[in-house]
Amino acid sequence: MSSLNVVILAALGYAVVLFLVAFISDRSTRSGWLSSPLVYTLSISVYCTSWTFYGAVGSAARNGLEFATIYIGPTLVFLGFYSVLRKLLRIRRENNITSIADFISSRYGKSDLIAATVTIIAVFGAAPYIALQLKAITTSFQVIGGSSDTVGSAPITALWVAAGLALFTIIFGTRSIDANERHYGVVAAIAVEAIVKLVALIGVGLVAVYHVADGPQDIFNRIAETMPPPEEGFGVRWIGLILLSGTAVLCLPRQFQVTVVENDNERHLFTAAWLFPLYLFLMSLFILPIAAVGATTLPPGSNPDMFVLTMPLAAGRDDIALLAFLGGFSSATSMVIVSCIALSTMISNHIVMPLTLRRTAGLSVDGDVRGLLLKSRRIAICGILFVGFLYLEFGPQSAGLASIGLVAFLGVAQVLPALLGALFWPRANRRGAMLGLSVGFAIWTYTLLLPGLLADAKWWQQVAQVGPFGIEALRPDALFGLTSLDPLMHAFFWSISANVFFFVLGSLSRDLNPLEQLQSTLFVDAFRSGSEGGQRLVGRAASADTLFDLAQRVMGANQAYGIFRNYAQAHNQKAEFPVPDDAFINHLERRMASSVGAASARAMISRVAGGERISLDELVEIADETARLMEYSTRIEQKSREIEETASKLKSANERLVQIDAQKDEFLSQVSHELRTPMTSIRSFSEILAQNNRIDDDKSRYFMDIIHDESVRLTRLLDEILDIGAVERGDDFPVTLIDPMVALKRAVDACRGLAASANVTIIEEYTDQPTTTLANQDRLTQVFINIISNAIKYNDAVNPKIEIDTSVAAGTFHTSVSDNGSGISEHDATLIFDKFSRGSKPTNEKGAGLGLAISRTIARKFGGDVVLSPKSKTGAQFIITLPITSELHNQSNMEDALYTKPLTESI
Amino acid sequence: MSVNVLIAEDEQNIAESLRFILEQAGCDVRHALDGEEALKEARISTPDVLILDVMLPSLNGFDVLKTVRSDSDLTDIAVLILTAKGQSHDRKTADALGADAFVTKPFSNSEIVTEVLRLGAKS
Repeated sequence: MSSLNVVILAALGYAVVLFLVAFISDRSTRSGWLSSPLVYTLSISVYCTSWTFYGAVGSAARNGLEFATIYIGPTLVFLGFYSVLRKLLRIRRENNITSIADFISSRYGKSDLIAATVTIIAVFGAAPYIALQLKAITTSFQVIGGSSDTVGSAPITALWVAAGLALFTIIFGTRSIDANERHYGVVAAIAVEAIVKLVALIGVGLVAVYHVADGPQDIFNRIAETMPPPEEGFGVRWIGLILLSGTAVLCLPRQFQVTVVENDNERHLFTAAWLFPLYLFLMSLFILPIAAVGATTLPPGSNPDMFVLTMPLAAGRDDIALLAFLGGFSSATSMVIVSCIALSTMISNHIVMPLTLRRTAGLSVDGDVRGLLLKSRRIAICGILFVGFLYLEFGPQSAGLASIGLVAFLGVAQVLPALLGALFWPRANRRGAMLGLSVGFAIWTYTLLLPGLLADAKWWQQVAQVGPFGIEALRPDALFGLTSLDPLMHAFFWSISANVFFFVLGSLSRDLNPLEQLQSTLFVDAFRSGSEGGQRLVGRAASADTLFDLAQRVMGANQAYGIFRNYAQAHNQKAEFPVPDDAFINHLERRMASSVGAASARAMISRVAGGERISLDELVEIADETARLMEYSTRIEQKSREIEETASKLKSANERLVQIDAQKDEFLSQVSHELRTPMTSIRSFSEILAQNNRIDDDKSRYFMDIIHDESVRLTRLLDEILDIGAVERGDDFPVTLIDPMVALKRAVDACRGLAASANVTIIEEYTDQPTTTLANQDRLTQVFINIISNAIKYNDAVNPKIEIDTSVAAGTFHTSVSDNGSGISEHDATLIFDKFSRGSKPTNEKGAGLGLAISRTIARKFGGDVVLSPKSKTGAQFIITLPITSELHNQSNMEDALYTKPLTESI
Repeated sequence: MSVNVLIAEDEQNIAESLRFILEQAGCDVRHALDGEEALKEARISTPDVLILDVMLPSLNGFDVLKTVRSDSDLTDIAVLILTAKGQSHDRKTADALGADAFVTKPFSNSEIVTEVLRLGAKS
């Protein structure tokens, strides 16, 4: 057994080596192997803390294969989510992100509230984790120093270790405040530590396999003997743990620090994507053998978390035990150092800075900001370590290393929904992120953190058993009656579900404001947008001197001067300071963001440069442009409506023409039919007469009479056809003021011969009221003759008679012509005024069917009409109406009426 | 054996000339003035040939033709469509409905007689 002094000496010596490595690396920045992908990958292995170094063996001894989940999660992330990591790196570089809190806040509208919330969550999650490292170091001190291998606290040792770590972190972690100047010294030291812990663990493993046991076969037997059957472990908890460790490798502040912030070459990630999983594989290779050998050789009751040390000690390999001690020491210190750097940056940028800015609200930023930042970081580092120390001393004593680590994992996992939303969901906004984070954090605290912290408190045990205020459904380990999960998975389920639910709900409940919109685009479309994106939305102005004054207070005069001069040179400006336009102000804000975080940088710049959003002038200009565009589009719409209207008019006109054309065809077809019928008889009979000499005289006379009659019919038909054309055109009948009775009496007289030959009696009953109408005497007579002769010709009564009455009513002269025949069927009544229509009754009459159409057309030309009375009970009654006109001066109006009638109406 | 002819024609004079020339050619001729009468007469006398005007009162020639072709008692009658319209779509309608011949007015007497005798000989 090594004496305590040897161990202390070794530890101090190792610390000195680390100091030297860090010191030299810091001096020779950016050169050679320091910026190689190997160092980058090794620095990521800060993931493997003393928890993994010591605790994994403990976990394997207690729970079998479950320890592997802690390695599987990160392996899957690096292999499977390479593109997510790459996107993180790209966004980090283009927005000069300083921490995970800065990343989240940047995306959600550069909100300092979100940044502070994430910082608080991170600190809460880190405190027990740091305590865990201190505990591991002190315990290992005790074990290897020979005092005891039971778990207990050694306050003095822990305090010394904490102080030493604080010193190292302050020296190498707070030399500069610009995140762009990476912590090369720290990274180099961590890379060395990564190698030491890997070598140490493999060394212990080899001792277990070849020194204590008899080679691999014996190891397998021992494993089979001691390990619980694997099937007990697989299930929900496995999946949960894999998810949790995968989340942790993205969200833990220290992982974000080494993987994203400290990266200076995106291509290094490509190496890390396979090399880091390989590292994890090597780290996990000997866990089971060590656990199995420890369990079978060490006395029962030995703390399995210390097998890595006690096993080689028991085997008499003090050298390997010392190496293992240094490996555990490396795991713990690297974790603490990086965590402290990441957390102190977050505290200074997202809690101290905003508070300072708020306190000096309304005034310009004054004083030495840079000094304030450095001071606050140093204090934060001491504070974090002290809190870790307090947690170690006064926190729960019973928990194993692994379970404390998992509590921390779930704490930082609350950031995951907001982080993934930031990368992939354009609609995600500040309200959603804030709600999700707060609710998730609260549930984690209540269901996992407090039960661990207050496990020994009586009042808490009471709460845990019956629920707060006796409300069973709110029991911290069985929320809403969920009892089937172990405490970790239970907290995991509720905190993450509620987190995601409120994140989505909050995001959907409100639209993004312009800045959120801009950041959303920059993040979600990180691979598309250029680094100069988003200037359009910001309109700010300040003098170059004011800006320089601000910048030098934040970054120091040298660095600030460098930024100004480089920018001026890069943009071909002759002056020492560049023109402080929007582009430069944005550039400066990004550079400052790398020191104080996006939210604070924005707040500071806005103090001196004003204008959060678009200026009024710009707004007016945009509005004008919009109005112009809208007016233009309205005009286009109007035009297109007009065109549509015209098109539809043309269409209906065309339809009308087609219809008229069809009517014309129909008319011609009917004319042709009407002409062919008499011609058929004429031709047929003349052929008969021409070809038959033997026809007797009577018969041939009869046939010749038919030929004659049909010829007359043909002539009359042609006359009527020509007549209807003339009537419809309205030419050829000048109108004068006439007495309609004169025309009527002439018509009746003309029909008397016809009536007599058909034995039809005519009854006349005329009004004696003298009237005049504006018409053409001959045409009006034609109308009357037509109606009266129809009444005579189509009267099929036994004692046929017709009645002609006239009357005057409402300025109209009525002439009624009725007969006592069988009347006109309803069907025929709708057709008789059409051209070429005759009643459907077979008849010997040879009209062309144009008479009524002509009569109606003529009457209408005079402002009157011819209608079939629907009221007549027996026979048919036609009524001719004519407007009574006594003054000649109405003639002109009449003529207007005559000549403006559309032609199409009658054809 | 004389050919039985039924003339469906509302124009008295045309019917008369048809009757004359067909009787001279040795046919047995009957006459109907409208579509319905033509169908009634056809059922009674089952003519060999039906001369059918298209523009008939009560039931036009095409409707008569349809009925003739769908009635098993009448379907064997040879139908000669006689029309004054003579438009091509009338001829198509007639063909589609199963008319055997199509003659437009005014016709030559010999054309009608030849057609009727040809149709009568077939049946």
